[in-house]
Amino acid sequence: MISMVLKRVGNAVAVMIAVAFVAFMIFQFLGDPVQLMLNEQASQAERDALRIRLGLDQNFVMQFVTFITRVVQGDFGISYRNQQEVMSLIAERFPATLELVLVSTIIALSIGIPLGVYAAIRKGSPVARLLTIFSMIGVSIPSFVIGILLILVFAVQLNWLPAFGRGEIVHFGSWTTGLLTPSGRQALIMPAMSLALFQISFIMRLVTAEMLEVLRADYIKFARARGLPNRLVHFRHALRNCLMPVVTMTGMMIGDLIAFALVTETVFQWPGMGQLFVQAVMFIDMPVMAAYLMIVSAIFVTINTIVDLIYLWVDPRLRQAGVARGYHAH
Amino acid sequence: MTIAPVHISPHAPAHSAGAVLDIRKLVVEFPTRRGILTAIRGIDLTIGRGEILGVVGESGAGKSLTGTAVIGLLESSGRVAEGEIHVCGRRIDNLPRREMQKLRGRTIGAIFQDPLTSLNPLLTVGDQLTETMRVHLPLSRAQAADRAIKLLQEVGIPSPELRITQYPHQFSGGMRQRVVIALALCAEPELVIADEPTTALDVSIQAQITALLKRVCRDRGTAMMLITHDMGVIAETADRVAVMYAGRIVEIGPVASIIRAPRHPYTKGLIGSIPSLTDRRERLVQIDGAMPRLNAMPSGCAFHPRCRYANEQCRNDRPPLLPAGTSEAACWHLDREEVSHVA
Repeated sequence: MISMVLKRVGNAVAVMIAVAFVAFMIFQFLGDPVQLMLNEQASQAERDALRIRLGLDQNFVMQFVTFITRVVQGDFGISYRNQQEVMSLIAERFPATLELVLVSTIIALSIGIPLGVYAAIRKGSPVARLLTIFSMIGVSIPSFVIGILLILVFAVQLNWLPAFGRGEIVHFGSWTTGLLTPSGRQALIMPAMSLALFQISFIMRLVTAEMLEVLRADYIKFARARGLPNRLVHFRHALRNCLMPVVTMTGMMIGDLIAFALVTETVFQWPGMGQLFVQAVMFIDMPVMAAYLMIVSAIFVTINTIVDLIYLWVDPRLRQAGVARGYHAH
Repeated sequence: MTIAPVHISPHAPAHSAGAVLDIRKLVVEFPTRRGILTAIRGIDLTIGRGEILGVVGESGAGKSLTGTAVIGLLESSGRVAEGEIHVCGRRIDNLPRREMQKLRGRTIGAIFQDPLTSLNPLLTVGDQLTETMRVHLPLSRAQAADRAIKLLQEVGIPSPELRITQYPHQFSGGMRQRVVIALALCAEPELVIADEPTTALDVSIQAQITALLKRVCRDRGTAMMLITHDMGVIAETADRVAVMYAGRIVEIGPVASIIRAPRHPYTKGLIGSIPSLTDRRERLVQIDGAMPRLNAMPSGCAFHPRCRYANEQCRNDRPPLLPAGTSEAACWHLDREEVSHVA
């Protein structure tokens, strides 16, 4: 068991080194940083001095080693655009995005899974059909449309919730949270719901499809034949066997949302990483882009490693076989 | 060894001369858009305490469906259209869902064909056993675990203390079927429906499982309906046998006399198809043709299109079950001399 955990972590480190290489190559191929940083009147001596200061005179391998060493220490360099440290720029915005994504994922799981189970065990009933139709709409409407509709109804018409921003936030060292103040919680509701609606629909559809499949399994028939009450059959026996794909997809979704919640963040002017990234792209701010790439990859890799470990926890067969499948195959 | 029974309530007085299972004129239908398909067309049978009744027939004869109807797990589209099912003197075919659920496992146990897929892969064998026991019997967790160990021992699983902590994938196919049998028996049912319990197993394991089933029925006095297409298994295990064809019983009686002297032409075909170690035969007998489809039942005797004795009467009138020696058979030709010999 421990060796499997170590293997997963080893894999994760290998992936991160590969990503670091890609991030490093951005600097190599997207123009000469010296050209970008100095103005056109700079003398050759000034150029050479900067080149040496940035370590660009060293060979390729040495540069990469220096890059990795710095990255490990949390040093992503200085933003070309506003001359601030990239790391502090990201540290400022990351908590906002993470909070938004986690809250919407928790909402999605706690609503999506029960609805999915319901739609599967009451298949064909009017409520189940209605849920299926709603979920189809839910996965089809882009989240920014939902965001705009929410703003229109709850901010403009009813004036119940703030239309933008993050409300009052509380600082814990370098971390910030809006969950502890009433205005912070209110500000979180609409962005979280507009992100969650797709996720709710998606998880519901996934759980329904998996449940329908599992409910046909022999062990479910045998569980019924032993007189187990429906509650046990549905939740202890069937739902548990549906969890693998749900865990996989939830992991992917969290990573995806952190990286690409930028549309929703833009609609609600949420001070998260999405906005930072959009600005970095517009200004070709390479240190920020490289850092963003590294951090998003690190999040994906971490989540996937956790997902793999959850597999081992959920399915005893994998613990023995020693091979975690990427996606639960039937 | 047997486990001390847990007494909850005395069972209702036995009905029909102490029969554990008493099926009367059972008809099972599947209404479809194109009309009603009748899969079981009037079956009568009883099984007594400790008795093993074999039910044989080709696929589609309705043997599994009969078992499924008894445990009340017909597909939602199917229904018991006529007839009654009594277990231990209590009519069960019209019980509300919750009542039926209490009966399953507790009064009627079930064993299915494939031990590899009958167990939940994510729960330990011990969990599945104790969970089932505690649903039906007033046992604490520790008492249930204790009984689970004894049960595994009873069904012949070595080192049961270790085994209850293991998952199904850590068991071989034969061992898993023993677990399935333990699960079917763990709440001490009066009746066990065993649907092809040995079909998915190796031949050598088959014999062990058959012997085990026979032993637990004898030791516990459990009645068993053993559904199989394998006449060999029936010959080794059952006390009586019912031969089904196209949703009806065509011959029923003590297993020895039916094997030795089958009366119905279909039974003869089935028995002729058992390979024998002693007789040298060029070819095994085979029954030409296939079972009729549910929406294309022949008139008269359903077997007549495949029967070499078929005549006008067979085509027009359906034969009832008629006494034939110690058994009963549904054939118009029971008095024909040549019929009493293997064709």
